[in-house]
Amino acid sequence: MFAGFIAQLRASGVPASLTEYLTLLRAMKQGCAEYSVESFYFLARAALVKDERLIDRFDRVFAHFFRGLGSVDAEVMAELPEEWLKKLAERLLTPEEMAAVEALGGWDKLMETLRQRLAEQKERHQGGSKWIGTAGTSPFGAYGYNPEGIRIGQGDSRNRSAVKVWDKREFRDLDGEVELGTRGMKLALRRLRRFAREGQPDELDMSGTIRATAHNAGVLDLKMQAERRNKVKVLLLLDIGGSMDDHVTACEQLFSAARAEFKHLETFHFHNCPYERLWRTNRRRSLNETPTFEILRTYGADWRLVFVGDATMSPYEITQPGGSIEHWNEEAGQTWVERLTGHFERAVWINPRPEGRWEHVHSLQILRRLMEGRMYPLSLDGLDNAMRELAR
Amino acid sequence: MRKRFRGTASYITSRDLEVAVDASVTLKRPLLVKGEPGTGKTMLAFEIAAALGMPLIQWHIKSTTRAQQGLYEYDAVSRLRDGQLGDPRVHDIANYIVRGKLWDAFEAPEPVVLLIDEVDKADIEFPNDLLLELDRMEFFVYETRQTVTARHRPVVIITSNNEKELPDAFLRRCFFHYIRFPDPETMDRIVASHLPDIRKDLAREALKLFYEIRDVPGLKKKPATSELIDWLKLLMADEIPITALRSNDPKVVIPPLHGALLKNEQDVHLFERLAFLHRRGQA
Repeated sequence: MFAGFIAQLRASGVPASLTEYLTLLRAMKQGCAEYSVESFYFLARAALVKDERLIDRFDRVFAHFFRGLGSVDAEVMAELPEEWLKKLAERLLTPEEMAAVEALGGWDKLMETLRQRLAEQKERHQGGSKWIGTAGTSPFGAYGYNPEGIRIGQGDSRNRSAVKVWDKREFRDLDGEVELGTRGMKLALRRLRRFAREGQPDELDMSGTIRATAHNAGVLDLKMQAERRNKVKVLLLLDIGGSMDDHVTACEQLFSAARAEFKHLETFHFHNCPYERLWRTNRRRSLNETPTFEILRTYGADWRLVFVGDATMSPYEITQPGGSIEHWNEEAGQTWVERLTGHFERAVWINPRPEGRWEHVHSLQILRRLMEGRMYPLSLDGLDNAMRELAR
Repeated sequence: MRKRFRGTASYITSRDLEVAVDASVTLKRPLLVKGEPGTGKTMLAFEIAAALGMPLIQWHIKSTTRAQQGLYEYDAVSRLRDGQLGDPRVHDIANYIVRGKLWDAFEAPEPVVLLIDEVDKADIEFPNDLLLELDRMEFFVYETRQTVTARHRPVVIITSNNEKELPDAFLRRCFFHYIRFPDPETMDRIVASHLPDIRKDLAREALKLFYEIRDVPGLKKKPATSELIDWLKLLMADEIPITALRSNDPKVVIPPLHGALLKNEQDVHLFERLAFLHRRGQA
């Protein structure tokens, strides 16, 4: 009956399956939808969408399929109130940041770029979407003004009174078009698991107990052993240089996946290229810097070393003493990278920049050579290969 | 005529939630509930049980919980000890099978509501290990060669805080509902149901400030319903004057917030910086 609807859902990226479709039909047969459109909408949503990030897409398909939307064009652009956007930005930026915006061409430039992006978005969505400012276009953060990302379309510019519930699209803020999802990452990181028994013996050792009891002529002799734990140790060095701003989300996801997966995880930050000092956190750098030599002393060679960085900088920052952009470094970055990879037996570099754009960046090639080719893109495949390399 | 789930005096529901619960109860399929912390996911199971007049069996998941623990566990150590002591119970292995929550729910003489709370806390493979059990509502006990089948398929409510993503095969077997954060009108009703004797003007000002705080972009932890209720109770107990909530001065407004609504230093700083800039702009 609604097979076309399911097909359209799947085409728009909502992975509704046959099982779920049958469930929906069965629920309708049992009278759950009460023959009202709204109940049917709620029921279909509960049965077919299993991720709140996809509900917005479901709403769009639902509206399209059950009413047949006319395409809406040109004048819709006017719906995006410039004043409102400006106000939003003014509210969120500090005076210094505002000055930076002015320096880069000012508001008009920013608005123009924004409009361009919205236009692109429109073309990508089939039939011309009525709704501006969803999903991919929303974060201002892509420009680097505000890493937190500003969502356009959160405030309400349209008159909602006469709108159907799926047209309200209340879930649009949750749509995460390009999100990799941490589950895939966690599964990739799992490759690194190394189980070993460590710590307090607090678990019954069954075979040991049987053996000891037999030795004891059948009188019970309990043997205990320590719990099996994942004992892999990971040292994560993250680049927080300016060019990394574009990759913040992906790196945050990687970090949260890693934190959930590894018990022994230590994190330090560097700017573009590691030198003689690294930082625990990005804030108040001078207070929590750690000499790189201390890190080499503290963490044994069995720690797995993972660099995360786009390796995009001036080549001098790697090859020359004093090449760092923020301080005078006595020894070249190259020396420090070699020291680190020399000390730790297993090391990889994970690069959030898409692999296709690697060859044009000179500094990236240098670092790749320094890493002896062990540089992997921050994609599920890349991560998988990197973990394979670390686990060897 | 089967019973339908509607909100209760202390639990305000929306139409979409009612439809989702209805579908899940009618088809006896699990209902997966997600939403921001503090929006009443766990409470939902209590309310469904109360509304349908069924007993509630709760299974709270921790990071060390394994799927098998929900079915049954074989207590080998007790049996070994009894064997040493010559206890006659030792001859029947069934004496040493410890039932889990799922077994309890399956064998209950009447239909029950089974709450599997915070399923995302467990290992990433945990939901996969329960696929068959939740689908067919039966499992096999190897030690006693016995198949446990549900007498009445229980109403299963599963909550998740989104800490881990759940496998597709698991999701396909569930109905899904995302509890949205209540809009101001719904929130009004929720506050009224929890704190019937709150002063109207205080509630209005407090709610206004509350939604302003939630609108501050970049907060590490957005305050939710349960925090709002706690905060209102505090405001009532301390008899904070309304003028304090209306003030433009961070030093006056922050203290009554701190601890109840904003839970870390960074959020407090962010709030100071953004919210008051904005307020001044409006005034």
